[in-house]
Amino acid sequence: MPSLKDLKLRIDSVKSTRKITKAMQMVAAAKLRRAQEAAENARPYAERMDAVMGGLAASVAGLDSAPKLLRGSGADETHLLVVMTSERGLCGGFNSAIVREARRHIEARRGAGKTVRILTIGSKGRDQLKRDFADLFVGHVDLSGVRRIGYDTALGIATGLIAEFEAGDFDVATIFYSTFKSVISQLPTPKQIIPATFDADGAEAVSGYSFEPGEPEILADLLPRAVATQIFTALLENAASEQGARMTAMDNATRNAGELIDKLTIQYNRTRQAVITSELIEIISGAEAL
Amino acid sequence: MADTMQFDLVAPEKRLASMAVRRVQIPGAEGEMTVMPGHEAVLSTLRPGFVQVDGPDGPHDFVVTHGFVEITGDSVSVIAERAVARAEAHRELLQPILEEARSRAAEAGPEHKDAAETFVADLVHLIDRMD
Repeated sequence: MPSLKDLKLRIDSVKSTRKITKAMQMVAAAKLRRAQEAAENARPYAERMDAVMGGLAASVAGLDSAPKLLRGSGADETHLLVVMTSERGLCGGFNSAIVREARRHIEARRGAGKTVRILTIGSKGRDQLKRDFADLFVGHVDLSGVRRIGYDTALGIATGLIAEFEAGDFDVATIFYSTFKSVISQLPTPKQIIPATFDADGAEAVSGYSFEPGEPEILADLLPRAVATQIFTALLENAASEQGARMTAMDNATRNAGELIDKLTIQYNRTRQAVITSELIEIISGAEAL
Repeated sequence: MADTMQFDLVAPEKRLASMAVRRVQIPGAEGEMTVMPGHEAVLSTLRPGFVQVDGPDGPHDFVVTHGFVEITGDSVSVIAERAVARAEAHRELLQPILEEARSRAAEAGPEHKDAAETFVADLVHLIDRMD
């Protein structure tokens, strides 16, 4: 049986934990709103880009003149997995879910005899994957100093990836990120970005235009930007998902702390009663003995 | 025929403008072009330059660096990688872009060299025209 003092200390400690998780939840809610806004603002650009690129890609599909970035390197040997996670923890199963998805792909590709390489964005994924796949790492993008994810961040990553692809370092690149469905649901998503893929529903959209300059030139000019846009979209989705996951996790933590406090308070009161009762008994039996 | 068309200017991070306009001037890949309602459908890439718009509340100017424009008879959508209102644009904003473009042009392989150098030249020209 813990003493009254121990219980009091315990209750105070859980109370201060609850304060912290409550604050974290509110901060996450505010950041989520901002992240969602950023994702919302980026949507028109990404949608237009995807639709136009999809149409252009469909019209040059299968041609030898198609850019390498679209056609692929002709091989399917080396796979680069770009795993996007958060820089900070305390966001529930957010990072683990992405890493689990990536791990599944790593095993599958390796099972099929392909070479797998890993690039991580965000330190949590690196920490988790490094344990088992340290020899597959080719790099890490540190975003801990980046306060607000901008298009330039994505463009930098894309430029690096494309340069490596042109140099023949890998044949296929897939990004792993979390799609934001709602505050309580984030879906780990793999998406192939090199060779570039576009949603097929825009495939008809560009017929009937005249092109300045020609179609292939426009395509070559815009493809790297389209890849950057896809990475940007993924980064923003991921940021929103992270805050959503953190909000949910901290909400649960706050609730658990509350329950624990209630339980401990009851135990504290019972113990206090018991102490009083036993003191009374001592006094009464002492008085009777006189 | 309607005397206005829908004009949208979107950048990766936000939508800068969406309005009904009478006339748009765009720095297209093959020269400046002025678009009026009923223009032929065109898809063109952009060069660094000014986008000038005759909006419902007067003219608006924007500075764009890279991207493309989609023109249909009743709408013009400028999808620009970097775009700012002319009033907010200043040289310091473009200087780092120019430096990066220069270094990229220096490193570019033979097949990209021309495009990269044109881009640099256009940027220099754009910066020259700014106050």
